[in-house]
Amino acid sequence: MVPTLFGITLISFLILHLAPGKPTDVLSDFNPKITPEARERLEKMYNLDKPIVVQYGLWLKKIVKLDFGESFSTDRRPVLDKIWDRKQPLPDRRLFITFMLNLITMVIILSIAIPLGISSATHQYSLYDKLTTTFVFLGFAMPSFWLALLLMIFFGIHLDLLPLSGLKSMNYDSLSLFGKILDRINHLILPVFVSAFTGLAGDSRYMRSSMLEVIKQDYITVARAKGLPEKKVIYSHALKNAILPLITLIGLSVPGLIGGSVIMESIFGIPGMGQMFFMSVMTRDYPMVMSLLTIGGVLTLAGNLLADIGYMLADPRIRAK
Amino acid sequence: MDSPGRLFWRRFSRNKLALAGGIIVAFLFFVAILAPFVSPYDPNDIDRKHILEPPGIQHPLGTDDLGRDVLSRMIWGSQISLSVGFVAVGISVVMGMIFGSLSGYYGGWMDRIIMRFIDIMLSVPTFFLILAVIAFIGSSIWNIMIIIGITSWMGVARLVRAEFLSLKEREYVLAARAVGASNMRIIFRHIMVNSLAPVLVSAVLGIAGAVLVESSLSFLGIGVQPPTPSWGNILTLGKDNMETAWWLSVFPGLAILITVLGYNLLGEGVRDALDPRLWGAESE
Repeated sequence: MVPTLFGITLISFLILHLAPGKPTDVLSDFNPKITPEARERLEKMYNLDKPIVVQYGLWLKKIVKLDFGESFSTDRRPVLDKIWDRKQPLPDRRLFITFMLNLITMVIILSIAIPLGISSATHQYSLYDKLTTTFVFLGFAMPSFWLALLLMIFFGIHLDLLPLSGLKSMNYDSLSLFGKILDRINHLILPVFVSAFTGLAGDSRYMRSSMLEVIKQDYITVARAKGLPEKKVIYSHALKNAILPLITLIGLSVPGLIGGSVIMESIFGIPGMGQMFFMSVMTRDYPMVMSLLTIGGVLTLAGNLLADIGYMLADPRIRAK
Repeated sequence: MDSPGRLFWRRFSRNKLALAGGIIVAFLFFVAILAPFVSPYDPNDIDRKHILEPPGIQHPLGTDDLGRDVLSRMIWGSQISLSVGFVAVGISVVMGMIFGSLSGYYGGWMDRIIMRFIDIMLSVPTFFLILAVIAFIGSSIWNIMIIIGITSWMGVARLVRAEFLSLKEREYVLAARAVGASNMRIIFRHIMVNSLAPVLVSAVLGIAGAVLVESSLSFLGIGVQPPTPSWGNILTLGKDNMETAWWLSVFPGLAILITVLGYNLLGEGVRDALDPRLWGAESE
């Protein structure tokens, strides 16, 4: 775990030195009035005058203390402040927005994928199984941004039912609490639907094949032979084992979710971490890019850790070890 | 006794979906190679009199904001998606096979280092990394192919490693060593060829992934740059002209969907045809 964390920070750091020219060139280009002394001061700030190994060490030392430096953008605010702005209410902080969006999507995906996978496994080769398999293949192949575009055109423009972008309407502040919640939900329907639809495919497919494998085992035959109703066999005997691999899969899907949020947030104009990463990349805001890469990696590791713990809680064989 | 090739083909061709996938991929190949002949217009021909024209007889899939023919741009765009898919996956397969075979064959510290490296690469959000690298080093088509390749080899490496772990204990490897074959020879001439089947499957599925990543990058405006047509950057125009020109959004996306679907079906079909566990179903 610790060496992996180390590797993640190293990759995030090396990004800074990928581009031709000095990182501070960008900073001074945006601000032509900059004096040579000021540029020198900036180079000192990012330790660019020292050997690269020392630069990395000093940067790492700051990161450990959660000091991610200042953004290169005109506001020069600390990186952490931009991701987790304490002056804003919780639902408006970028990290929170991305986190909640993915959490909601995940809950929806699982609550559909698990029953879907189970039922298509118990009805293998039936028409229902074939239909869900087709649906799964479509979901796999669907470019999420395209689905988003089509739904925006249909529901946003043709039917004029749902808002096209952002998280709040113009009149948000004047709405009652209930109105505010309704407004949020309205803005979330399309992005959550798109991410859920494209994410559903993998999980339900996985659930299906895992279930198929489990119901072939002897203990399931025994359960059936002793006369248990089929519902009980599937949902209380087979499910416990079939769901285990899915826990690992959820942990592994975290980097994909974080990466996917760039596309979703850019297309729907959602002010989250993904959109911020995209903007930072476009403006070559190195401190932001490096920090967000590191934070993304840490979140992934946290996801894996949670999956491991979940696996341990769910599987008594591992707990015994 | 049938040859393995014929056996494979018989199983594969019985699977209608796999066959459909193969036909889609073959069709894409032909379109991309024959683009200069089948495309009705020059993809970069600007026609200011016919801007944003809906699909009609003259322009079957309409025109874009500069009056360029969408069908022609999509036909030329297929070259991008085909070449990105193949080159990116070629890179990832080669990297995956090298790392996987070294890791599985030698074991020990080599294995530990490579596996740790794989863990690290899997923990960095890949799309973040691709985005940052492309934006910083410039978005030429080669850069896109290379970066997609070097961020997607981990799965192949794991597969190859697992194959090597079991294959290196086989007797034919012992025999090769007994007659004095070098490690490199054993790895590349003896074991590697026997571990190719799962790699092939994951390569075909990987092409589908690479096509999706390239189109997402181009859609975001940091992939293939206009005026070079790609399905992703036509979709960007679709987004910009969302309220007036639905055809700019519908058709290129459909092309991506069908292409990715084709590779996925083909890959799954190859997997099923190669999987000995599924052979029992038929009488040989």
